[in-house]
Amino acid sequence: MTFGEPIARREDPRLVTGQGRYVDDLGRDALAAAFVRSPHAHARITGIDVDDALDVDGLVAIYTWEDLDGRVGEPLPLLIPHPALTHGRTAHPLARDVVRHVGEAVVMVVARDRYLAEDAAERIRVTYEPLPPVVGVENAVNASCRVHDDVPGNVGAHLVQETGDVSAAIGAAPHVLEFRLDIERSASMPLEGRGVYARWDADDGSLRVYSSTQTSTSVRMAIAVKLGLPANKVEVIAPDVGGGFGVKIVHPWPEEVLVPWAARLLGREVKWTEDRREHFVSAAHERAQVHHVRVGFDDEGRLLGLDVRIQHDHGAYTPYGIIVPIITSTQLLGPYKPGAYRVEFTSLYTNTVIVTPYRGAGRPQGAFCMERTMDRIADELGLDRTAVREVNLIRPEEFPYDQGLIFQDGRPLIYDSGDYPEMLRRIKELIGWDGFAAFRAEAERAGRRVGIGLACYVEGTGVGPYEGGHVEIDSSGRVHVSTGLTSQGQGHQTVFAQVAAAELGVPIEDVTVTTGDTRRFGYAVGTFASRAAVMSGNAIALAARKVREKALRIAGEALEADPRDLEIVDGVVRVKGNAAASIPLRTVAVLSNPLRYAFDEAAQQATQFAVGGSPDDPPLTGEPGLEGRDYYSPPRSTFAYGMHAAIVETDPDTAEIRILRYAVLHDCGRLINPRIVEGQIHGGVAQGVGGALYERMVYDAEGQLLNASFMDFLMPYATEVPRIETGHMETASPLNPLGVKGAGEAGVIPGSAVIAAAIEDAEGIRITRMPISPSELYHLRLAAASGVAERTNRAGSASPS
Amino acid sequence: MTREISLNVNGVPRTASAEPRRLLSDFLRHDLGLTGTHVGCEHGVCGCCTVLFDGEPVRSCLMFAVTAAGHEVTTVEGLGADGGMSPVQRAFSECHGLQCGFCTPGFLCTVTALLRDNPRPSEDEVLEGISGNLCRCTGYQNIVKAVHRAADLIAEERTDR
Amino acid sequence: MKPPPFDHHAPETLEEALDVLARTGEDAKVLAGGQSLIPLLNMRLAAPAHLVDINRVTALDTLEATAEGVRVGALARHARVERSEEAAGVLPLLRAALRQVAHPVVRNRGTVVGSLAHADPAAELPAVLALCEGTVEAASAGGRRTIPAAEFFAGPLESSLRPGELATSAFFPAPPARSGTAFAEVARRHGDYAMAGAAALVTLDEDQRVSSAKVAYLSVAATPLVLDLTEPLGPRPPVTCDWAAAAAYARDRLDTDEDIHASADYRRHLAGVLTERTLRAAAQEAL
Ligand SMILES: Cc1cc2nc3c(=O)[nH]c(=O)nc-3n(C[C@H](O)[C@H](O)[C@H](O)COP(=O)(O)OP(=O)(O)OC[C@H]3O[C@@H](n4cnc5c(N)ncnc54)[C@H](O)[C@@H]3O)c2cc1C
Ligand code: FES
Ligand code: FES
Repeated sequence: MTFGEPIARREDPRLVTGQGRYVDDLGRDALAAAFVRSPHAHARITGIDVDDALDVDGLVAIYTWEDLDGRVGEPLPLLIPHPALTHGRTAHPLARDVVRHVGEAVVMVVARDRYLAEDAAERIRVTYEPLPPVVGVENAVNASCRVHDDVPGNVGAHLVQETGDVSAAIGAAPHVLEFRLDIERSASMPLEGRGVYARWDADDGSLRVYSSTQTSTSVRMAIAVKLGLPANKVEVIAPDVGGGFGVKIVHPWPEEVLVPWAARLLGREVKWTEDRREHFVSAAHERAQVHHVRVGFDDEGRLLGLDVRIQHDHGAYTPYGIIVPIITSTQLLGPYKPGAYRVEFTSLYTNTVIVTPYRGAGRPQGAFCMERTMDRIADELGLDRTAVREVNLIRPEEFPYDQGLIFQDGRPLIYDSGDYPEMLRRIKELIGWDGFAAFRAEAERAGRRVGIGLACYVEGTGVGPYEGGHVEIDSSGRVHVSTGLTSQGQGHQTVFAQVAAAELGVPIEDVTVTTGDTRRFGYAVGTFASRAAVMSGNAIALAARKVREKALRIAGEALEADPRDLEIVDGVVRVKGNAAASIPLRTVAVLSNPLRYAFDEAAQQATQFAVGGSPDDPPLTGEPGLEGRDYYSPPRSTFAYGMHAAIVETDPDTAEIRILRYAVLHDCGRLINPRIVEGQIHGGVAQGVGGALYERMVYDAEGQLLNASFMDFLMPYATEVPRIETGHMETASPLNPLGVKGAGEAGVIPGSAVIAAAIEDAEGIRITRMPISPSELYHLRLAAASGVAERTNRAGSASPS
Repeated sequence: MTREISLNVNGVPRTASAEPRRLLSDFLRHDLGLTGTHVGCEHGVCGCCTVLFDGEPVRSCLMFAVTAAGHEVTTVEGLGADGGMSPVQRAFSECHGLQCGFCTPGFLCTVTALLRDNPRPSEDEVLEGISGNLCRCTGYQNIVKAVHRAADLIAEERTDR
Repeated sequence: MKPPPFDHHAPETLEEALDVLARTGEDAKVLAGGQSLIPLLNMRLAAPAHLVDINRVTALDTLEATAEGVRVGALARHARVERSEEAAGVLPLLRAALRQVAHPVVRNRGTVVGSLAHADPAAELPAVLALCEGTVEAASAGGRRTIPAAEFFAGPLESSLRPGELATSAFFPAPPARSGTAFAEVARRHGDYAMAGAAALVTLDEDQRVSSAKVAYLSVAATPLVLDLTEPLGPRPPVTCDWAAAAAYARDRLDTDEDIHASADYRRHLAGVLTERTLRAAAQEAL
């Protein structure tokens, strides 16, 4: 039994020996594409002069929007329409006449290699008439100018959800607080950028595309539509992918359309490998949001009414719709019962890179809002911060708990299972919450400043609509599993093999898994929203069950036994309690496919003169082969949850911030592979720490991204990430056969909330915007000293003694 | 303007022609077909492209192939003896020290040299040793664990011999 | 992010190198460790027509430590200098500063002289050279000259080397007797260029009183800045020194700029904190 075991990953031997195959490792002889990108945040293109580029050696082609024929020249699709997104706008693959952010592609160059393509791109002169840029939420709201001429107020979407009567609830509440909270921009920033490699087969009229994507099936659909090809003439493969974290779920990227299009036009292989600078200015960002909170509560800190208004900066276009603010609005509630709740968001255009989900997808902002609110209430009432949380938690007996809202999948937000109070107890124990006062006192005696914080979240995972799995046992006994969704390092080849091996009763060594290859599995949605284990895991389990059933039926015929009396152990079907009566699965596989021709010895056993059976029955029952396909489509999402706690130290002189301890408790239902889940948590926490203390996209008023490099966009190194202490709980999900919940995004969600809380506790100064740098903390201290920044009531270690 | 560039890669003399501006990373990947060396930033920060140059870890995106001519380069493909896995490679796999695997070759080369020079690094020495390599997936904790584990494996191998 | 084309020259002797530099003049760039130059090329922020790659001029790969000081040849990598016990014995400050330069892997390739020639105001080594009142040896087809640190750093990313000149070595003089040094910086991440940094040199007189105190700063001005802080400190024994006053004195003389990582005020504040910390540590070492 391998399900639930922390087995080593099966993809590792390949990856640690340099045998991984990422997009740029393929197509050695392909032509290379490069792009001329806008240096302006907002401008009208007045001319494109390519003359100087023409004599670059090795140049093959130059394309501008004018060259794009058919549907290729049309705007890219709006992937997730929503009734509230009244003014959705998407870009053209190459800018048509107006550029709306620095980095927008204007000209495509194809040359013998990337060096030459860049040489040519550098010599192309594009002239622009600059237009006033809109940068930042305030600027967008004040709207003296527009990102899109036909979008008044720069408002792309506006949505209100309400349960109960918030005005009345807050009006009647004994205590009311009102404040603003901000989160800045960050980005997924996988170490492998995007990449597309296309091969056109003119004889066959077919296209093969390799893309570093989180959804190969949907890229295929998009390319087929854009290029006017039947879907079955397009194959899309996501090979090894060097991280995604959300940005690679967006599709089709302009390059995903242009590269195959050029490959077909030129009759040559074409490849584009995004470089880091391109990734900063032409992929996607996330997180920037402003939240205005009004909350009413009773003397114990119980929420009576919560009113949140959100301004979301979605950048220049909305290809991925308004998923991020929808998730913030709904997931903000976390493990709590809010009383009456009203949330309203306005999603705004700015002349910056588009905003699409980055691991956590709006939840870190939501958790920041809710958890800062809890801390604020505790401070106002002089209560312990965990006590305030405690009175608001949903109790175990209240599941399924209906929050009364509509979630990102269009379904009601109903939590399926969990035990929040128990987790709160355990996280307090793990971090030593109750003993912290003594620790602080001792630190203070040594002139040190420390603080503790805690934050909770609930994460809807495994959103639909569906995923599928295919399982086939071949005549050598090998098990081939495939699913359409893709992998970016989550270890799917291991966990899906664990699922299949457990369901089938075969050794895991016999199982191979293929993901994200439309040649193997054409129907899928994609990898996002912590859905792979839930969706494909269950689909594969169901498919494996079908195969098992079929295997038992055929083996039953061969062994002349009732299939119900059979079991499969180590790849052999045998009669329970009679190991002698057995037949290996490989033989069952042979028998499942009645043959006329014997192409090898195994096949001889299945030819027409070899097999017996009644001459009156047809040789084949059902379908040939020992294979099965099934799909899993959940009624709604399943809700994982967790709580993080951290102790930080702030330097009284330099304002440097150091995380002394970071503890995580989480519950993602049944664990298929605890080690892989733990790895996901570690990675998420590191990104949470990055988002809290280091990473931000710094735009100037002109819309120039000032830190478009790893030198200045500060992702944490090993020296910046604390050791993470973890604890697990396992509350099975009642919604799916495996009882699992998603785990991919969990680690990142409460990062900013928990670090902000701990810093606030250390400093006694309210922390209302994240990330926070030492420079900002220094200025907060100054502001607090002069009465400009607000102090908390419990004035932290910094209190004058 | 291309020229013949010869160097010794993973113990094998290799020659290919390339322009003087060809980065060593591109030369290894695209001219010699050794795609295990990855490229994540091309400005020296991420460490994905780290290879051993005359035994010392360096950024192959910050060196021209012409400069490397005549020298010895070891890439991730050459770390294990006889196509097997080196102790460092085994340790990364055992400790779940990788997820997407994109940063991994750079870490493996860096750690291989680190443990050669310092077979029993302290926790701080490990952190310092890998401090120039970014990983976006693992949060580093299992990488640090893998470095200590690799130190054990190397020590075991020594006593076995 | 691929470098633009250039003519590559790979001289094997100093003479050859100077010869190509003389021929190519303004159009040439020296390539040493490439840890600063190649990122600029990859981003196409620089496009020299000629690159004079000195990595084969083995005669420049020298490191000499004597009682007078440490002389570092143009091809000596950061890592080699950092590991040298002899160099650390003469000038511990050099090792302390080198440990803050980037990450170990970058130090395997980058050169000390290249770092000086690059003249980044945020770099550690220029501040050390300035504090020690060291010199850079420059050679050209026309001859040689010795450039004092105070003249060498002309502006941000600008040295006073002339076209056709190669920096062949740098000399870091040993501190006088009864001296102590210290280095400290605050960077966003470990290994990053600092938001502010300070290198201090404190010398005591025979009565163990501070006779000279100097601090060199990085990341606070367009070039490494050295302040003489003897006045607010000396001549007093270290235990009675008012380090905070010296820091305040320094702060008043700093005119810092802001960037995306630190405001001008914060940077000045940090410089003050580091002034105090390094002075204390240097005085302690001098005792
Ligand atoms: C990720 C990363 C982080 C870094 N962090 C830091 C840091 O924190 N602190 C720091 O100080 N540095 C840092 N550096 C830069 C590093 O220290 C470089 O090694 C150093 O700045 C330049 O040395 P080099 O030998 O690589 O010079 P090169 O890059 O080869 O050259 C730099 C410049 O100096 C000129 N030059 C070099 N040698 C000579 C010579 N002998 N005569 C005349 N001109 C010459 C070149 O023409 C060029 O203009 C970092 C680099 C990287 C990639
Ligand atoms: S690719 Fe060389 S350091 Fe990032
Ligand atoms: S494993 Fe993905 S970047 Fe390190």
